[in-house]
Amino acid sequence: MLLHIGILITGLSFLAFGGANAIVPELHRQVVDVMGAMTDSDFTNLFALAQTAPGPNVMILSLVGWRLGGAAGLAVATAATVIPTSLVALAAGRFLSRAEDTRALKAVKAGLVPLAVGLILASGFVLARAADRDALTVVITLIAALALLLTRINPIWLMAGAAGIGVALRVLSP
Amino acid sequence: MLNEAPAQAAPARAKLDVTHAALFFAFLKMGLLGFGGVAPWVRQVIVEERRWMDDREFAALLGLSQILPGANTLNTAVLVGDRFRGISGAAAAVFGLMAMPLAIAVAIVELYGAVSQNPYVAAAIAGAGAGAAGLVIGTGLKIARNLKLSLRIILVTLVTFVAVGILRLPLVWVILCLVPLSIAAAYWDQAP
Repeated sequence: MLLHIGILITGLSFLAFGGANAIVPELHRQVVDVMGAMTDSDFTNLFALAQTAPGPNVMILSLVGWRLGGAAGLAVATAATVIPTSLVALAAGRFLSRAEDTRALKAVKAGLVPLAVGLILASGFVLARAADRDALTVVITLIAALALLLTRINPIWLMAGAAGIGVALRVLSP
Repeated sequence: MLNEAPAQAAPARAKLDVTHAALFFAFLKMGLLGFGGVAPWVRQVIVEERRWMDDREFAALLGLSQILPGANTLNTAVLVGDRFRGISGAAAAVFGLMAMPLAIAVAIVELYGAVSQNPYVAAAIAGAGAGAAGLVIGTGLKIARNLKLSLRIILVTLVTFVAVGILRLPLVWVILCLVPLSIAAAYWDQAP
């Protein structure tokens, strides 16, 4: 079981381009449909937790490990999530920072910059669509984006304010 | 006063002395504050609070994190940690990012089974989710604002955004197509 978890999660971690959300459908298929190790609602709950609790969303892999194999499962799943892809990142980072600063290498670094901006804007847009329940959530998203862009306010207050508005409307609504 | 002059002549971009503890606590903060996603906090802490790099350097590092396999924030932790303190620095950053949030998440699973069904908690999460999305968008715009915008930067940013955000094309294919194009454009752009 532990070996199975380790192999499954190592494979999935290499597909997690742009964050954990990319691999959730395949993780669900493997754990719920193929292995039958977890019910659908159990999986959905773990996913919601990994999304809303503090920390990177990739924690879903560790939580699945915990559910399937307790503490040992958690350790194996976390190691499988972190170590193999980190070694690749380490090698790539060192290659880029130590290679001679030629025109080609400068182009690699300069070429990554607009991709990073486009990808983060895209992920913000996808998250905004997912959070869009009514006009109010859209307004909250816009205010948070503009306040972060135009003021030096600490984002923690924007998050607290957004959560507070959500609760206040729930209390006030009939 | 005049004696200080030579010190000021030292290179302004001397390597910052970032300790293992500083790496650990910076990423601990990002992990613990990262409700609904860590990405906005990574820039907030690294660029604005600790001033470990400017937006241009950060965007290049973030871009590398995004095109490498694995979760972005984990890759960013590895790259930042390794840059200042080598492999042990990368380990300190990754441990800081993951350890506490994992402990909290496991505790919630064990104590409550999963996320609370309380309607007020659900309302707070819905509001915070909308806010978190705004923070991610604001972070992207903030980085863009601090870059020297050229036609190349604007074009690649827009094409990436439309392909991934609006058309929802598979990320692997977008990356495989756009990375070489963007690098080629950058190479051509810096022609003397």
